[in-house]
Amino acid sequence: MNIVVCGKVIPASTVTIEIDPATKRMVRKGVAHELDPAAACAVEEGLRLVEKHGGTVTLITMGIADATIGIRNALAMGATSAVHILDDAVAGSDTLGTAKVLAAAIKKQPFDLVLCATESSDSYSGIVPGQIAFLLGVPPLSFAKEIAVEGDRITIKRQSESGFDVVESTLPALVAVSSGINEPRYPQLKGIMAAKKKEIKVYTAADLGLSPDQVGEKGAKEKVLTIGRPPKRQAGKIVTDEGDGGRQIADFLAEIKVI
Amino acid sequence: MADVIWVYAELSDERVSPTTLEMLAKAAETGKAEAILLGPAPDDAPATLAKYGASKIYRCADPVYRDYLTLPAAQTVAELIEKHRPAVVLFASSYGGRDLAANLSARLDCGAISDVGDFTLKDGSVEATIPALGASYLNTSTLVGSGPKLLLVRPKSFEPKVNEQPLVIEEVAAPADASLRKARVKERVAVRREGPQLDGAKTIVSGGRGLKGEENFAMLRELAELLGGAVGATRAAVDAGWVPYAMQIGQTGKTVKPDLYIACGISGAVQHLSGMKTSKYIVSINKDPDAPIFQYSDFGVVGDLFKVVPQLIEELKKRKGA
Ligand SMILES: Cc1cc2nc3c(=O)[nH]c(=O)nc-3n(C[C@H](O)[C@H](O)[C@H](O)COP(=O)(O)OP(=O)(O)OC[C@H]3O[C@@H](n4cnc5c(N)ncnc54)[C@H](O)[C@@H]3O)c2cc1C
Ligand SMILES: Cc1cc2nc3c(=O)[nH]c(=O)nc-3n(C[C@H](O)[C@H](O)[C@H](O)COP(=O)(O)OP(=O)(O)OC[C@H]3O[C@@H](n4cnc5c(N)ncnc54)[C@H](O)[C@@H]3O)c2cc1C
Repeated sequence: MNIVVCGKVIPASTVTIEIDPATKRMVRKGVAHELDPAAACAVEEGLRLVEKHGGTVTLITMGIADATIGIRNALAMGATSAVHILDDAVAGSDTLGTAKVLAAAIKKQPFDLVLCATESSDSYSGIVPGQIAFLLGVPPLSFAKEIAVEGDRITIKRQSESGFDVVESTLPALVAVSSGINEPRYPQLKGIMAAKKKEIKVYTAADLGLSPDQVGEKGAKEKVLTIGRPPKRQAGKIVTDEGDGGRQIADFLAEIKVI
Repeated sequence: MADVIWVYAELSDERVSPTTLEMLAKAAETGKAEAILLGPAPDDAPATLAKYGASKIYRCADPVYRDYLTLPAAQTVAELIEKHRPAVVLFASSYGGRDLAANLSARLDCGAISDVGDFTLKDGSVEATIPALGASYLNTSTLVGSGPKLLLVRPKSFEPKVNEQPLVIEEVAAPADASLRKARVKERVAVRREGPQLDGAKTIVSGGRGLKGEENFAMLRELAELLGGAVGATRAAVDAGWVPYAMQIGQTGKTVKPDLYIACGISGAVQHLSGMKTSKYIVSINKDPDAPIFQYSDFGVVGDLFKVVPQLIEELKKRKGA
């Protein structure tokens, strides 16, 4: 079974994200990047399915040159190959633009299943997977906390407010996984060495048959008007427990009239 | 004429969801609010929608919307949008709401903005405020193009308001197209939930990985009970299987806005903060003085929660008894 995983490569969790006031975009160039931990769960799920049923896992990412480090990470985990959409023409894409690019890249490979994370850890709009699914004409299944495949059928446990729903679909389908679905493996030395020989295809928007007015800043339906820091919360009082921490909290609760 | 603003009604716990009522309040304040109600719903659901501001309800009770995921609802809503062309369509920023809005955005080639905290509408142009990156930034964005404007609204962004409207229902037909019936809900499984629920709680006592285990949540339940509140948790505690998902607060859980939030053994990751940061008062207990949660706390105790929480419980009992 051929599995395509859409994984975003995002500024590393150690980086304080800055916004460029001129372009109103996240500063990505020159910033340490990593495979989104949420996407790592999707990669892990793909690897587990392939270990069970055979097949390939292809990682697809749209991102800047620095994203290669995250791609290598997925390859070192065990992904078969990767596709990197790297082109200034896609910079400034909104969610739909991103989905158009990813869907066009997915269509270039044979696939039975597309895996995404339900939402990315940096901008978490949570709508790219559903957009891709529509563009591919496959059913979208999101918030999956368990996946099982049998023949051309897929069953997921979809997290719900009160528990979970068991959802069944035919393949091909797109499944967005919830980030608690698994514990992604750490790449081992052998995997890291093997990753160096694996193929990373690089595509431009033109390679994907997309015209510049469909994607990137020109194609974006969402335009950022302003971006700023919200007013800072007034600093509170922090005390160290010297054996009366609980009493001090009670005093505070009395002060704010909760008790 | 007032702009028509649609609210896609969502059910949770067999009733119209709180976020739906919040969206109706904003829609009615901004223009003429109308609602879409798809799938089997409790009998009083239309009346509730009208009571909270919907001047018209597009309804179809067909179980297809309940039994199949996303596609039938997307088809119906897309047809309604193309026919009636509302200025804005609001969805809850829930998982179901996002799936639906994402599909519509691709289908109608229009923009959709997620996690909207507020919006204005002027001369057909929408300006949305989005608390981005765990609310450490505040964006305003607009949608361009001739298509409908889809906004996904963050829970607890608006106050629901009774705004009685006459009950006007327009029945719509369910799509018959079999190709929409690809992803079917086979079974719904409810897991045990105990104690008061988070929605609407004035006080929330929340536990994280620092709680070390399921059994220690008993202590938080006792504290919450003394304060007349509910118990919440971080995803770390939910993923560890200590408490059910319904208790998770944060980006992938619930958004809460109580008067008092007590965070016990919670580091304050952005994904958690994004669900509770706007609580009126935040009190935290953490043994790490550098835990980010302290930057958002009105009162913080650096210390061992296994000492501080029991003392707080004793103190509250004493003061209550007095
Ligand atoms: C006006 C505007 C300009 C922007 N400019 C840029 C820019 O120049 N460069 C930039 O990188 N971002 C830019 N962004 C952000 C970009 O639009 C979002 O990152 C993108 O739309 C994905 O949204 P999300 O992360 O919220 O996706 P979500 O819907 O939360 O993502 C869910 C899942 O979809 C998949 N996915 C999403 N994005 C990607 C991706 N890029 N590659 C692979 N899989 C993916 C992953 O599986 C991910 O886990 C811009 C946004 C706006 C609104
Ligand atoms: C896409 C995505 C979505 C996410 N969504 C959510 C979400 O909705 N909600 C959520 O909560 N998280 C979410 N997370 C996870 C989030 O990033 C953090 O991992 C999580 O919030 C950490 O939970 P925690 O604070 O309980 O645990 P930790 O970060 O491990 O913190 C535990 C804290 O307990 C303290 N502690 C330990 N022992 C004691 C003691 N005896 N006394 C006092 N203090 C003690 C420690 O000092 C530490 O600060 C998400 C992550 C991703 C990638």
